[in-house]
Amino acid sequence: MLGIVRQKMLEQSLKKIPPAVSVLRSYSSAAKQMTIRDALNSALDEEMSADSKVFLMGEEVGEYQGAYKITKGLLDKYGPERVLDTPITEAGFTGVAVGAAYYGVKPVVEFMTFNFSMQAIDHIINSAAKTNYMSSGQISVPIVFRGPNGAAAGVGAQHSQCYAAWYASCPGLKVLAPYSSEDARGLLKAAIRDPDPVVFLENELLYGESFPVSDEVLDSSFCLPIGKAKIERKGKDVTIAAYSKMVGYALKAAETLEKDGIDAEVINLRSIRPLDRSMINASVRKTSRLVTVEEAFPQHGVGAEICASIVEESFAYLDAPVERIAGADVPMPYAANLERMAVPQVEDIVRAAKRTCYRSVS
Amino acid sequence: MNSASCAAKISTQPFSLNPTSPTSHDNPLVFPKPTSLFLGSTRKLRLSSSSKLNLHRRSGTVVAVSDVVKQKKSKSTPSLLITKEEGLELYEDVILGRAFEDMCAQMYYRGKMFGFVHLYNGQEAVSTGFIKLLKQQDSVVSTYRDHVHALSKGVPARAVMSELFGKTTGCCRGQGGSMHMFSREHNLLGGFAFIGEGIPVATGAAFTSKYKREILKEADCDHVTLAFFGDGTCNNGQFFECLNMAALWKLPIVFVVENNLWAIGMSHLRATSDPQIYKKGPAFGMPGIHVDGMDVLKVREVAKEAIGRARRGEGPTLVECETYRFRGHSLADPDELRDSAEKAYYAARDPITALKKYLIENSLASEADLKAIDKKIDEVVEDAVEFADESPVPSRSQLLENVFADPKGFGIGPDGRYRCEDPKFTEGTAHV
Repeated sequence: MLGIVRQKMLEQSLKKIPPAVSVLRSYSSAAKQMTIRDALNSALDEEMSADSKVFLMGEEVGEYQGAYKITKGLLDKYGPERVLDTPITEAGFTGVAVGAAYYGVKPVVEFMTFNFSMQAIDHIINSAAKTNYMSSGQISVPIVFRGPNGAAAGVGAQHSQCYAAWYASCPGLKVLAPYSSEDARGLLKAAIRDPDPVVFLENELLYGESFPVSDEVLDSSFCLPIGKAKIERKGKDVTIAAYSKMVGYALKAAETLEKDGIDAEVINLRSIRPLDRSMINASVRKTSRLVTVEEAFPQHGVGAEICASIVEESFAYLDAPVERIAGADVPMPYAANLERMAVPQVEDIVRAAKRTCYRSVS
Repeated sequence: MNSASCAAKISTQPFSLNPTSPTSHDNPLVFPKPTSLFLGSTRKLRLSSSSKLNLHRRSGTVVAVSDVVKQKKSKSTPSLLITKEEGLELYEDVILGRAFEDMCAQMYYRGKMFGFVHLYNGQEAVSTGFIKLLKQQDSVVSTYRDHVHALSKGVPARAVMSELFGKTTGCCRGQGGSMHMFSREHNLLGGFAFIGEGIPVATGAAFTSKYKREILKEADCDHVTLAFFGDGTCNNGQFFECLNMAALWKLPIVFVVENNLWAIGMSHLRATSDPQIYKKGPAFGMPGIHVDGMDVLKVREVAKEAIGRARRGEGPTLVECETYRFRGHSLADPDELRDSAEKAYYAARDPITALKKYLIENSLASEADLKAIDKKIDEVVEDAVEFADESPVPSRSQLLENVFADPKGFGIGPDGRYRCEDPKFTEGTAHV
């Protein structure tokens, strides 16, 4: 009985058109290319010029132009009061930023990598995420924590962890993971305008990658909704859900699968919390097969959560068990060949998709 | 008030033209005793109250005390700081550090080394000056700039180079990399990427040393721990927390600050309210010393006292070594923010040149001796590269190894099977 009620509720929510935060205009799509780095830089620039309450804080964001050059030129433009180089004290400066956000200013805190955010995680969770709840709505914390997340190349165990699952498990936080330049611009702008704490997980290896952007994306009021995923490639045989760099891998896998006659649908999650369950479920109901891909550790990860969501909502529609591709369950090794084995590769996604289609057993 | 003058600044002396009498918390500090070795021949070098660190609050240029210049003005020293054997040992170690790091840069640009590599060029005096005074059982905890600490502590150059190449013959079998050098045998406790992370670990190691002596009654356990970290770390909360605990429990630790004035692109002066780090020691009840970190012998004198204090159970010391890194923060750092005048100033104070000069001027070694050492080290480093090149990459099975020391818990019983599989285990009849 309850199952039927839940299904009916889901169908209703699937039919609902989500409130559109993105401004839809009829621009012709130009073939302009933009790197993620430029996308993030331009988003920060535009938001800082639009709202003087927005300021940047982090290590090397000012004079060094950003450890990964994301904040290049912003110090010259906005001055040292709005682009603050901090001493190396994550717990200290994160706490300071959260306290400032209580009083209505809008800090954008950069962690040189999200691994370093562990030194500040007390402030992210306890001082930022839980405050609106504890104060019963009196104090909201309009703060953004951004920085590169996940594995880079050869940087060892302490620099390579993906924190999507950790932060996404905490109520009170919004967690975003962009893939393309459009995602990066739209989601960062949305995050800065959002009145709640947002964890914005970038990827170091994607910073230099170029993606095509339309004029709509380049407009300064462009914004993407938080909590909505995007279907990067439509298909009908198997759904591949991924976020951040793995979306690129999933798209490559889809090309390979096409040659074998498997038409894969690739979903770019964009938002880890809140997770776009309705879109993923709708896609799985169409294809009946699901592969989740992430670079993070497998246990308690995003893929596990998606699988649970499918089992809860769309179990009857599944034709095969859900395949979960994740990083190896070990701290990231240093040697190049071991590192390659510890992170999902395109072949792993292809094999998993074939397993769900019963084309192979391994 | 100590009447003997010394080149190393002691934080008990206030920083003004009129030295005042010491404050009350100077009294518990036994550092320095008038008879201590620390005041050895450095007695000849003037510590005038005007020999202070001139800190210009410009964008990063620091004009420091030129102790080298003062040395020239001193009278001839009757007693030498080191013997010939010690001198050659120190020289070999600084040359090894420099040659190894230069080779690392070459290998990185050839693609054999990858990821983050942080080189120690210019700071060799600190590593050699301190670590060469330690025993094998003493521990060293470092940061990501740890290659030379590993080498000074005794980890073979081959093992370090293989580790950097990611081969299975490295000191961590290729699983740690440049920033995570560990060696149980040589008591090198890492190798930490997060700055400030190693300080509590070092404090814990010192705690264990004291615990072993007092609680576990290993009466001769006098192991000392050295914690190396930079100027940027001294603004981090963990640093202060550990100064507090180390002084509170009188732990046998020496906190060695390698103040090279820059944290990537952030000048020490822009980041720190009071840039004189050695002053932070007395705030927690331990002596704070400032020393010229470009001079091996001065560092060694200070280190002897500090390590001696720790070994005698007198507690921790904070030593600030004013040093400089000749290269950028890492091999990926374009190093654009540092003034070239500042770089030239410190290049002129190269620790290797200074040590060489001392050895030759005091007839402790001849040019030929030193050249022989240079050649020997070149061969050691070349051999290390060859060894690393020829070593195998880790096997596939190594990926999943060593996540836990004991994955199934409770180990293996006398019958050769896992204890947790023994059905009687939960009844308490199986003994661990």
